[in-house]
Amino acid sequence: MTDTADRPPAPSPRTPHYVNPAPWDPYVAEGLSAEQEKYYMAGQWKLMWWRFRRHRPAVVSAAFLALMYFSCLISEWIAPYDLHTRHSKAIFAPPQAIHFFHEGSFLGPFVYAQKVERDLDTLQRVYTEDESKPQKLRFFCSGESYRFWDLIPSSFHLVCPAADGTLFLLGTDRLGRDMFSRIVYAARISLTIGVIGISLSFTLALILGGLAGYYGGWVDMVVQRITEILKSFPHLPLWLALSAALPVTWSPLLVYFGITLILALLDWPSLGRAVRSKLLSLREEDYALAAQMMGAKPGRIIGRHLLPGFMSHLIASATLSIPSMILAETALSFLGLGLRPPITSWGVLLNEATDINVVAVNWWLMLPVVPVILVILAYQFMGDGMRDAADPYA
Amino acid sequence: MLNYVVRRLLLMIPTLFVISLLVYVIIDLPPGDCVTSQIDELLSRGDPDALNRAEELRHLYGLDQPLMARYFNWLFGVLRWDFGLSCQDTVPVRDLIGERLALTMVMESCTIIFIWTVSFVIGVYAATHQYQLGDYVASFIGFIGLAVPNFLLALVLLYVGKVYFGLSIGGLMDPEYIDKPLSWTKFTSISQHLIIPVIVIGTSGTAGMIRRLRANLLDELQKQYVTTGRAKGLPPLRLLIKYPLRHAINPFVADIGHLLPEVISGSVIVSVVLSLPTTGPMLLGALKTQDVNLAATFLLFVAVLTVVGMLVSDLLLAALDPRIRFGATSEK
Repeated sequence: MTDTADRPPAPSPRTPHYVNPAPWDPYVAEGLSAEQEKYYMAGQWKLMWWRFRRHRPAVVSAAFLALMYFSCLISEWIAPYDLHTRHSKAIFAPPQAIHFFHEGSFLGPFVYAQKVERDLDTLQRVYTEDESKPQKLRFFCSGESYRFWDLIPSSFHLVCPAADGTLFLLGTDRLGRDMFSRIVYAARISLTIGVIGISLSFTLALILGGLAGYYGGWVDMVVQRITEILKSFPHLPLWLALSAALPVTWSPLLVYFGITLILALLDWPSLGRAVRSKLLSLREEDYALAAQMMGAKPGRIIGRHLLPGFMSHLIASATLSIPSMILAETALSFLGLGLRPPITSWGVLLNEATDINVVAVNWWLMLPVVPVILVILAYQFMGDGMRDAADPYA
Repeated sequence: MLNYVVRRLLLMIPTLFVISLLVYVIIDLPPGDCVTSQIDELLSRGDPDALNRAEELRHLYGLDQPLMARYFNWLFGVLRWDFGLSCQDTVPVRDLIGERLALTMVMESCTIIFIWTVSFVIGVYAATHQYQLGDYVASFIGFIGLAVPNFLLALVLLYVGKVYFGLSIGGLMDPEYIDKPLSWTKFTSISQHLIIPVIVIGTSGTAGMIRRLRANLLDELQKQYVTTGRAKGLPPLRLLIKYPLRHAINPFVADIGHLLPEVISGSVIVSVVLSLPTTGPMLLGALKTQDVNLAATFLLFVAVLTVVGMLVSDLLLAALDPRIRFGATSEK
């Protein structure tokens, strides 16, 4: 090794001295770019929205749910048939596939007529497509008449079968009622039961959890015991007992509200606990004390100063418990203790699929489970996204 | 520690009392009683003696007494291991529920073991292979398990099990073993029949457990002591088992509290679908016919099972985690 190798490399030619001619703003380091400014000035809810938007699955789920709820508003338009229309010639008919090409030429969306025969060995109805009779679908058409929202008589549908044809996109049940229409109508009940139920349970949680957290003492003691008992006891048997206790003489609509109330009664403890523990910690904050010293009443302190501090968390956890409510209603109706026809929910529809024969022969009767799964997954993802967004300063 | 256990045991008494009272009153709430439906049937058959018979039956079941009197009669009976008469066939409740309760408990313990094993394996795998294919598959299965209603899964698995694997369906044992004493062949028959219900009841619990274990283990794996251990050359498997896993394992024990009610709820609905000779179908029937003694006894047993299970989980947790152990003894 020679000593030349140890020497530092030759200095590079110097960069020329540079002076920026622009006037210098001494506050440049503290100034904010427009984007930063927007971020710092944004309110809590705006920040949450920005953060929620970044969670792709949650946004997609939210859009999906919005679409589902929108469809509840116009069920009558979407469904080609009414909830109770029976087709005595098409009992247990399988789903009709939609075709576009008839004998090699484009005809637009149509279905083939169904021919029914009896299998003389098994006595089952066997349906075959009659390929000679294409039945073109009609769009924005007038079909079966109905009363829109039970009020306005109309016969407008987004899609109808051909004048003398049938359209069973998802088959028919044992009375020949169109499954697709029934699923569309049932969405009204199944989707609202979760939301109404959670609003009830939310209110209960706010009141009881709020009382326990703010006043403490014996109120707290009693509420705590109740939540412990309710939380530790398996819900389904209690639900069963409670819904078995609903009088048979009640009208289906009353039963609907009864069931929602029952679901809410057993659901509020976990939310109530969250309210209580948050209130307990927030109550000690200086601003709560300040409000108290300025003479604010407890109701105002809780509602105006404490609640907004953790409302976002509450909403997120409430969203996460909607799926269990929908599932619970489905399970109850499935067991025959929940909603009763003519009120139709997805659970009531699934009640027809209790039998193993259904799985083996009439598999399409199980299709109402598809919207159940999709809605529950969507709520789950949306709830996850909301929970992440609920604390935008994290 | 002993203090703590005694306190918990004492606290169980009012809890169970409240639950039993609540349940008894709720079941009795709707108008009519269990005799009504029987009498209606007799009347429809044109039995002229039906109304006299109704009085007789009501007296036999004690239904002519006020609700509270019946409740306390039943409660004191329970303390003497006598659960009153079932309304259905005028047999003592005790004779009806014995084997069913035993089978239910067997099924539920198997389910919990299933949940533990499966979610342990999958959860650890998902956490150590974060953002790899296996992790995604595990999360996907987890979500599906959460979203598919139990009863439908039961039906489909029943069909698949029958058609593709030749598992016999319905019941918890082959018909020839019913009412026979326990033997090896009966045992194998039962365990074969248990497979589907256990899987079905276990899925939703497993889904939640996998997610929690994965999250906990991921938190632990990022800590510095893991890096230190790795830098010092500990083999990966030994490192995993020795340190982070021990922290992440706590929810397994702590979650019996959540798991048990969930498993019991699940077992009720699944056994109705699969018509298993467990408590589920009988409870449902009893609730529908307002057979108060039978239903209340079942629900009381469910409550006892849950409360004891919670206590056991708390004790196990204390034994496992010194922080909780010392916290508990110093506070209480």
